[in-house]
Amino acid sequence: MITTQNLTKKYGSQLVLNIEHLDIPKGQSFGLVGNNGAGKTTFFSLMLDLIQPTTGQINNNNVQVNISEAWKPFTSSFIDESFLIGYLTPEEYFYFIGELRGQNKADVDALLANFEELFHGEILNQKKFLRDLSKGNQKKAGIVASFIGNPEVIILDEPFANLDPTTQIRLKAIIKNLAAKQGVTVLVSSHDLMHVTEVCERIVVLNRGEIVKDIQTSAETLKELENFFAGSPLSAEEE
Amino acid sequence: MFKHFVSLQWKSFFRSSNLGKSIALKIIMGFFAVYMMVSFAGLGAALFFILKKLYPDVDPMLTLSGYMLYWVLIELFVRYFMQKLPVMDVRPMLINPIKKSSITHYILAKSGFSGYNFMALFMAVPFSIVLLAQGYPPLNVLVWLFAICCIVLTINYTNFIINKSDKVLIVLGTVILVLYALENFGVLPVKEFAGKVFYTLYENPILALIPLGLALGTYFVNYNFLRKKLYLDASLKKKTKKAVTSDLSWTKRFGDIAPFLQLDLKLIWRNKRTKMQVFISLAMILYGLIFYGMDAYGETSTIYLFVGIFMTGIFLSNFGQFIPAWDSEYYGMMMSQNIPLRKYLESKAGLIYVSVVVMFLLSIPYVYFGWEALAINFSSALYNLGVNVPVILYFGSFNKKRIDLTKSAIGNTQGISATQFLVMLPIMVIPCLFYFGLKMLVSFEVAISVLAIMGIIGFAFRKPLLDKVTEAYRKKKYGMIAGFKEQNS
Repeated sequence: MITTQNLTKKYGSQLVLNIEHLDIPKGQSFGLVGNNGAGKTTFFSLMLDLIQPTTGQINNNNVQVNISEAWKPFTSSFIDESFLIGYLTPEEYFYFIGELRGQNKADVDALLANFEELFHGEILNQKKFLRDLSKGNQKKAGIVASFIGNPEVIILDEPFANLDPTTQIRLKAIIKNLAAKQGVTVLVSSHDLMHVTEVCERIVVLNRGEIVKDIQTSAETLKELENFFAGSPLSAEEE
Repeated sequence: MFKHFVSLQWKSFFRSSNLGKSIALKIIMGFFAVYMMVSFAGLGAALFFILKKLYPDVDPMLTLSGYMLYWVLIELFVRYFMQKLPVMDVRPMLINPIKKSSITHYILAKSGFSGYNFMALFMAVPFSIVLLAQGYPPLNVLVWLFAICCIVLTINYTNFIINKSDKVLIVLGTVILVLYALENFGVLPVKEFAGKVFYTLYENPILALIPLGLALGTYFVNYNFLRKKLYLDASLKKKTKKAVTSDLSWTKRFGDIAPFLQLDLKLIWRNKRTKMQVFISLAMILYGLIFYGMDAYGETSTIYLFVGIFMTGIFLSNFGQFIPAWDSEYYGMMMSQNIPLRKYLESKAGLIYVSVVVMFLLSIPYVYFGWEALAINFSSALYNLGVNVPVILYFGSFNKKRIDLTKSAIGNTQGISATQFLVMLPIMVIPCLFYFGLKMLVSFEVAISVLAIMGIIGFAFRKPLLDKVTEAYRKKKYGMIAGFKEQNS
């Protein structure tokens, strides 16, 4: 589904991302982990054509993302709060996104009904603008908005951060379900190794912009990751 | 303790991101500030002689006193929009070992030095100097000046007691209008009455104790109120307005651009700065009166064309020049969504078209000054529609400065860069040059016809023009996304 080739991103002389080849098949739940500055958000931003690659390319369903915009109808994402429109109410925001993705109000309402549990009565019908919601609730709204319009690819940057435990658990179930049952390719980045190992079939570890591990999740994965991050990642790089 | 507060204030000013603004902009703003100060001071100095000339038989001091009631009321009215008690900055101090009473005094004292308070003084001080020079008794004048300071402070603190209550605002507005009407229709001589009161204040220095008492009184009312409410969930809480949603489904008839049109309407209505733009634009329809009121120019002077372009295009330039920076907070989202950039721009263009038409309709009464005025405004409107809309949208693609929509509207220079000054050139100056040249070489009729025809041609070709603009936006996409992300630009 998503193929990355010879992708690099440089700021000045600093190489922040360098991925020679990465193939993410359709319907995979893909986890990206790494320390701060490892290049996770950069990679996702490149995937969404929000920044330009220095070299190389990303193909999303055979569409080269920085040339054509044909990937947009089947790709959705939530990177951070800057993806929200602060002066809209959550409902208006959902309908707006729905409209952009060819869904009418009824479609959006039907989808939102599935997330009532996740919203916990704090999002809909609150008569509040998104900018006045708490960080956690903003995040919930943004994540759910990325599910609107039956996307084939969903990109979520740090979806678990700032969420309360109950929501984390519910969100994990939702993401797993999306990938396993609906064949959606879900890309998730996280600092939390436990969450990623629980949700993702495959985990890629980025360190200073390079892929240092590419693991199919198994019972030992968490241990393996913990060992990796506990030990100095520097020495791992030098090997 | 106060020393600490003052040093914090100092740092917050000099380390604020505003200070990192481009030097050119700062210089221009500086010039503007100096200009305002000088004109106020100049007015203050000249006021004595102006009043003397207008009412030769009356003591200018008495004439001025007559207006002082209006000054107090109007200043209260205006301050409602401009000034807010600076309470938010003290949040970090609450958890530190500082007495709440000194925090409260600090907030209130700080507000006493707010720039708004000095505005009146810039006029009052030169006026007093002139009075002294004219041989008025120094004691009376100086105490009067002191009383003015106290009245300013009273206004300052009363404003916080009002605390953004809409009801009080409406009452204030009504009182001003009613008093003015009573005066005008000769029912009640408000000015004379108020004049006596304020003149007595000047004549009897001892009465200055009253404004002093009022200033202190309002200060302590504020103090008591604030001291008790210095909690995060009380006065230090950001006010969140209840979201009122309105049904905008009527926009559906505009087809594909409907979602963006809805978004733009909400953008304008739900954010202070954009809302202000609308009001300013509507008020600017009066701008022409300044020029039409003077007979110095003749019926077809180029200045009237400038006025026409300015009035019908005020929203175009005020709102248009910051496209797409209005959407900067979520520009990344917009660009990763399934958004046809073209539709996005069409919606903005549509809004501006409507504004130009509305402003033209509002300007129709200028026909009072002759049919030329109407003709000039009409061709200005056409020119704005056809030529200036694509121009301003095109220049929008150079915008890279973020605008924080939640920030206040007045004196907000966020998002301003050299582009904003450059764009004024083609929008305002070029049509004036065209007009001036054609009018000199051929005739007035030809000049306005040519401008109108240019507008019509531009409007006819709006689709291909908008295509070009869209292309420009596409090319600059990455720069815009990166620029809009920078919080402190």
